[in-house]
Amino acid sequence: MTQTRSSEVVSGDGRYSDHRHSRPLTRRKAASGRRLAGTVLPVVGTLVVFLGIWLAVSYLVLSPERREILVPPPQQVLTESILRWSHLRPMLRALLLDVQVSMIGLVIACVLGVLAAVVMSQSSWLERSLYPFAILLQVVPILAIVPLIGLWFNYGINGRVVVCVIIAIFPMIANTLFGIHSVDRGAHDLFTLNRATRWQRLIKLQLPGALPSMFAGLRISSGLSVIGALVGDFFFVQGQPGLGTLLSTYIARVQSADLFAAILLSSLYGVVVFALFTALSSLAVGSWYTAARGTRPGG
Amino acid sequence: MSSMDTTSASTQVQSAELAATLRFTGVGKRFDTGTEALAEVDLSVAPGEFVSVVGPSGCGKSTLLRLASGLSDPTAGRIELCSDRIAYVFQDPTLLPWRSALANVELVLELNSAPHRVPKAERRSMARRALETVGLAGFERQLPAHLSGGMRMRVSLARALVLDPDVFLFDEPFGALDEITRLRMQEELQRLVHTGSVSALFITHSVSEAVYLSNRVLVMSPRPGRMVAEVDVPFDYPRPAELRFDAAFGRIAAQVSAALTGAHQ
Repeated sequence: MTQTRSSEVVSGDGRYSDHRHSRPLTRRKAASGRRLAGTVLPVVGTLVVFLGIWLAVSYLVLSPERREILVPPPQQVLTESILRWSHLRPMLRALLLDVQVSMIGLVIACVLGVLAAVVMSQSSWLERSLYPFAILLQVVPILAIVPLIGLWFNYGINGRVVVCVIIAIFPMIANTLFGIHSVDRGAHDLFTLNRATRWQRLIKLQLPGALPSMFAGLRISSGLSVIGALVGDFFFVQGQPGLGTLLSTYIARVQSADLFAAILLSSLYGVVVFALFTALSSLAVGSWYTAARGTRPGG
Repeated sequence: MSSMDTTSASTQVQSAELAATLRFTGVGKRFDTGTEALAEVDLSVAPGEFVSVVGPSGCGKSTLLRLASGLSDPTAGRIELCSDRIAYVFQDPTLLPWRSALANVELVLELNSAPHRVPKAERRSMARRALETVGLAGFERQLPAHLSGGMRMRVSLARALVLDPDVFLFDEPFGALDEITRLRMQEELQRLVHTGSVSALFITHSVSEAVYLSNRVLVMSPRPGRMVAEVDVPFDYPRPAELRFDAAFGRIAAQVSAALTGAHQ
């Protein structure tokens, strides 16, 4: 922001004239090219190292007969599983189910999580009585109650969504609540002095102020919702198979190449979801949040 | 209240006894922690009067304003405020970072309009005029993060002006600004405030700022804060920037400084 400061010019009539939009376009283009290289190159580098370690473990650590079962090398995973349509097709169908489950679960977790946080934020008495139970959701031995949830809600999509919500909801509650609590005290005073109603304070101050934290929570929850969907599958052996179901089948049948392919596929989906919500977040609040962090808003 | 000489200033102090916009009588404030912030504070601000309070840091100056505005309650004494149209200018601009300059000014109209609602179009044009008044025409759509510190403070001033208040409460509004911006803001502030019969209570730790802006300067002691001196400033408004280098100005500033140093011991 030093640039804005230094170009602040007041003309004779006491008005500011604006010199801030004169940055040459070519420089901006080159900068965005550098930024792209800056994000892509490290990722590719890490990927190469990862593949290297994978190959090394397959060929240098393991004997040939154990290699097939424990850590099949990447090219074998590619040729024996991913490139074979008969192997890939069930995985993609399973993935489709998980996409549905995780996205429905995420939406529900978001809505319920934000609602719960808003309710708790309205009185410290409510927060003290409800928050411990929100933590309980986080620490409950989910693996133990998943079979129960199957019994309660059926083994189809409903039960899986419930598992997904339980796993994904806590970061939404915690982050929204944190965001609401960290609203500037001065801004609260401003609202008090102007006789704001509780509703105006919530809609015009607390929720927009909490938006950056809510998106931080959403990013964590989006990853968790994918895990939630797979955990649901894993234990619901009945019903339409999801990726989790396939994983447990592949383990049972020692189909290691397929197992690795399924793991890669689910990880890839998790990364895509995470990237999607990161992009969404910077689209929604980036304009004021990242800029404000550099300069302290209202400071 | 555009012009005023020494005699009318003193008659005003007397008339303040009768009809003050804001009056503190024996006000004390002790926090829950046991800290006594203010003790036995008496002060009054007459209609159209600009009163500054200077004091060492931590003497309870900001507490004084919070009490005056009703943000917190005194633990002793009485506070009378004969207006519900008050505008509070904070130490920080306190702008909502997701709202544009214009939307930040509109905010207080949205909140205050709940009982007798001002139409949205009118709120917008009022906010636009207020931004123009503080010299920010053309910056309506900018987010606070894209404005400089001085410009943000101007938005904050516009937000106070748009309420058309009877009383201004200023809590060291220019404390965080650089010297040049600060002097310019002082000059503009007295142009903006001394146009009607608005009263102002201005908190600062700068002696020259207090003398330059005010009809009257009150000096506070260290914690627990109480008023230890009162200095009248007889110059007419609007005051030129060069007044700060005037010998008479210097004498009054020296008087305030002496009271401030005395209060320290």
